[in-house]
Amino acid sequence: MAALNLDNPVGVTRQPPRLMLAEPILTMRSVIRSYGDVRALAGVDATVYPGEVLGIVGESGSGKSTLLRMMNLEDTPDAGTYQLALPGQEDRNLFTLDRFERRMLRAHHIGIVYQNPHLGLLMNHTSSGNVAERLLIAGKRNFAELRERARESLDASEFPIERMDARPRELSGGMQQRVQLAKAIALEPAVLLLDEPTTGLDVSVQALVLDTLKRLQRDRKITMVLVSHDLGVIRTMADRVMVMRRGEVVEQGLADQIFQDPQHEYTQQLVHAKL
Amino acid sequence: MTLQELTRPWTAFNYGFLDESAKRELRRRILKAIAVPGYQVPYASREVPIARGWGTGGLQVTLTLLKPTSVVKVIDQGADDSVNASSIRKFVGRVGGAVETEDTQAATIIQSRHRIPEEKLREDQILVLQVPNPEPLRPVQPDMSVAREMHGDADYGQLWLILYEQLVRSGRIMQGSSYPSMVNGRHVMTPSPIPRWDVPKLNKAGHLTILSAGREKRIFAVPPYTSVEPLVFDDVPYRVEDHQDKTCYRSNATGYFMNELPQDDGSSLYELSDSHFGVKNIQKSEGETVAIGETWYKNGRMD
Repeated sequence: MAALNLDNPVGVTRQPPRLMLAEPILTMRSVIRSYGDVRALAGVDATVYPGEVLGIVGESGSGKSTLLRMMNLEDTPDAGTYQLALPGQEDRNLFTLDRFERRMLRAHHIGIVYQNPHLGLLMNHTSSGNVAERLLIAGKRNFAELRERARESLDASEFPIERMDARPRELSGGMQQRVQLAKAIALEPAVLLLDEPTTGLDVSVQALVLDTLKRLQRDRKITMVLVSHDLGVIRTMADRVMVMRRGEVVEQGLADQIFQDPQHEYTQQLVHAKL
Repeated sequence: MTLQELTRPWTAFNYGFLDESAKRELRRRILKAIAVPGYQVPYASREVPIARGWGTGGLQVTLTLLKPTSVVKVIDQGADDSVNASSIRKFVGRVGGAVETEDTQAATIIQSRHRIPEEKLREDQILVLQVPNPEPLRPVQPDMSVAREMHGDADYGQLWLILYEQLVRSGRIMQGSSYPSMVNGRHVMTPSPIPRWDVPKLNKAGHLTILSAGREKRIFAVPPYTSVEPLVFDDVPYRVEDHQDKTCYRSNATGYFMNELPQDDGSSLYELSDSHFGVKNIQKSEGETVAIGETWYKNGRMD
């Protein structure tokens, strides 16, 4: 695989898309969400296939983070359906789950990395404890196993193991994101949601975190949904791209198509503004 | 028929100090707490003539349970003779006409702060524990409305996280008191700040335990023969304090929970924490005839 080059994303060699051959793992249909007079999502459809990275781009207020919150079942839309294809699970609209079912589904099948580590981490607990927390919520009760699995996850996230018992508040921003990542992948989620995971990090740390994500995606075939306003990040990571504006999807397609031949006027503005 | 004939003579205060509506409120809440073991039932905590945090929750329960035939024992960290315990015992005796005792075996109601007596309690006895903080989830979830949701969902994973952190940081579980325990396999409670030594005494015990927090306005209960299981990891067993081999320097009793008395030369002496149990043992060692009940621990071990 080609090395990542953020300065020249066009030069990144992409694996051929593995899309459309499998059944989608995540399907959202006609999702509508309003906050007062503001329509954050205006009938959004989204489909994610196993093993792919779906990038969601758009300006601030376009609804991309709201959509991600819906995918993480943190919020309930005014209308719409949401299905995750999970082995042994009946096909049902996940928006109808009660609070406990949502919590259990999130604990077992959905991982998330927030832009702000304070949202995803317990700052006063150890890094390994943060990873263990996810395993504990899922019912693991063996201390040695918790320790070992926390170590594995942190190691897979390229976190320095000798610092596994440091508190996140003692770590740098990049390290905190790695702890979040380790926590998110600890139970091998069906889908990993990434909400601006590299925003606020300096470019070199950003590249390292993206490199880790790319390697995890390649080695573990983790399905990812990546929200970012940074087209460089999306271009580096995504197989497919969804462009959002004012709560609507204005264009979607393979990443190369979107970046090389944008069709919608807004996408053209975005791409050209970046380039 | 005159009004005077229809009403009782004027008294300075009601029997058992609390008014009847307060007692009714408490009795209803206690019944609910017994019906849902370990569940914290909110109640309208009344003012009583001691300061909040000094046993108002326990005192209200004791006053509610009180009847003229009650025999009341009050202990404070094992001691019958502390100012707090003596004051509460005298108050209960004064307002309810109850017989006061220091003997665990003789008591029908035992109000306690931070200890469970060493002698086994019977089915006809009620243990009332004073609770400063009834919420086991408070260290991990300061928002009480969220904590209540977590109780509703039996979402207790974060309590094991506290134990995990202690094991990582100290190599052993450091929770010395208020050890979170699962009641009847459903609700996690804090068994009040009793030491780890005392928690196993609640498991499948024959007596009723009522835990009451006056300041926090919560009552919960462990009915007789109900399971109380301290939270543990599969591979890290529950351990009580290492008092098995300690000997009381006054009574020569061994294998019970002790108070440590540091000496000037750096050594320590130990004396029984349960003061009246200590008195009985001293009397026994001096050849007096004294009835010592069956104890929870035998030779420093639970059955």
